[in-house]
Amino acid sequence: MRNLTQTFSSSLGKKLIMALTGLFMCIFLVVHLIGNIQLFKNDDGQAFNSYAYLMTHFVPIKVISYLLYTSIIVHAIYALVLTTKNKKARPIGYAIQHGAANSPWTSRNMGILGTVLLLFIVIHMNTFWAQYHWGALPHAKYETSLSNPQEITVTAIPFDGNEVAYTDYIDSVKGTHIVISKDLYKIVVEAFGQWWYVLLYVISMAALSFHLIHGFSSAFQTLGWDHKKYMPLIKYLGIWGFGVLIPLGFAAMPIYFFFFK
Amino acid sequence: MMRLSILEDMKLTLKVWRQKNANTKGQLVTYKADHVSPDMSFLEMLDVVNEDLIHKGDEPIHFDHDCREGICGACSLHINGRPHGPKQGITTCQLHMRSFNDGDVIVIEPWRAAAFPVIRDLVTDRSAFDRIQHAGGYISVNTGGVPDANCIPISKVVADEALNSATCIGCGACVAACKNASAMLFVSAKVSQMALLPQGQPERYQRVQAMVTQMDQEGFGNCTNTGACEAECPKEISLSNIARMNRDYFAANIFKE
Repeated sequence: MRNLTQTFSSSLGKKLIMALTGLFMCIFLVVHLIGNIQLFKNDDGQAFNSYAYLMTHFVPIKVISYLLYTSIIVHAIYALVLTTKNKKARPIGYAIQHGAANSPWTSRNMGILGTVLLLFIVIHMNTFWAQYHWGALPHAKYETSLSNPQEITVTAIPFDGNEVAYTDYIDSVKGTHIVISKDLYKIVVEAFGQWWYVLLYVISMAALSFHLIHGFSSAFQTLGWDHKKYMPLIKYLGIWGFGVLIPLGFAAMPIYFFFFK
Repeated sequence: MMRLSILEDMKLTLKVWRQKNANTKGQLVTYKADHVSPDMSFLEMLDVVNEDLIHKGDEPIHFDHDCREGICGACSLHINGRPHGPKQGITTCQLHMRSFNDGDVIVIEPWRAAAFPVIRDLVTDRSAFDRIQHAGGYISVNTGGVPDANCIPISKVVADEALNSATCIGCGACVAACKNASAMLFVSAKVSQMALLPQGQPERYQRVQAMVTQMDQEGFGNCTNTGACEAECPKEISLSNIARMNRDYFAANIFKE
């Protein structure tokens, strides 16, 4: 046990923790993006609201979500600890240092990019996650006719503290399938209707892009998973998958809502 | 000796870090170097400047040097913001004044790291590297008779990789270039040159543990994979050494006896 605590308090151990928490967050981003593609569905948020309920109430997902919150905090704290140590390792700096001559900009600015992302996460979770859990959220009632599934009526229900998060039943008298859920979709529409909020998201996603262009492949290097054959593949995935595709996908959501909803 | 090219002498302005000893504060001092031949090496240029200083009765600029052919690792110098100057894959002693232009201002600083304290002017104490080597950068075998050729088969690819790691001269440019003053390229090269070869196997995992522990104690920073070390290394030691060191270290600490 002593050996293990020593391992994780060593320089390489701290980097290992950065890499593992970082990669875990990368996996989360993929799932988060795929899930949120439902925002583009033209169904007044029925699919998205059901998905939001699943993500907040299904126990295995809840466990993973707590792991994720821990990862974010640990990643940030270790970044702070490592940066402090790194600053101490060079108490007197150079009069001239040409970082640009020997290293990419992203690799030298992970701390700043990470700070932007942490601020973003706080704002993002306050707007959606905290609202969904404790906010005065209205409900939406989706009535689907059993005889004609194309016929859906949506009614907004104002906030009622006694209403459960999600109900799903068949009204045999009316012949309809009724789903009543917390209307997170409405919050999304409202938030993404504000230009400054959209701008904040786009800037944050640019920071995410730069953070991951370096971070994704860097994590593999730290783990020691480096191989002549596979490293180019990982770098490609890091740049085009995590550095371009995922941030673009996320940035598309506020832009789409701002202009088309 | 006949000069093949007729090149004019260069006039340069040097800004050199002068510091009396480890306990005093240093500063950049400006010197004029008016008779610099483009054929001079960078260290020869400093020799000429020092001659002038001695003639004037000033203290010459102290700097480390030894073999002056790029194999000993003694010369250092952070020149215009880059360790060993602007060229790729060479040490300061292999840098020639033809790489600069007439009228240039050249800023010369010592390696900057808490683990490499300045002794005087441009000379730093790099004994931290020695202590890391002493912690495990060797193999403990009794040297008996010369073994028969090819009795230990090693593939060409692996032998090349080990020898590439072994070209590290321990100059410290990796630490100087790294924004975190991390020594991981140096340590990983010293770990790799033995981890790759059969002779290094018995102590492979103790070695990496001992050397990394010593590296941490010396107060070097942590690698953030910027790649600056690899780009500035005069021997072009590859970053894949760091990945190998990490792999061995985690294997040693998490999975091994």
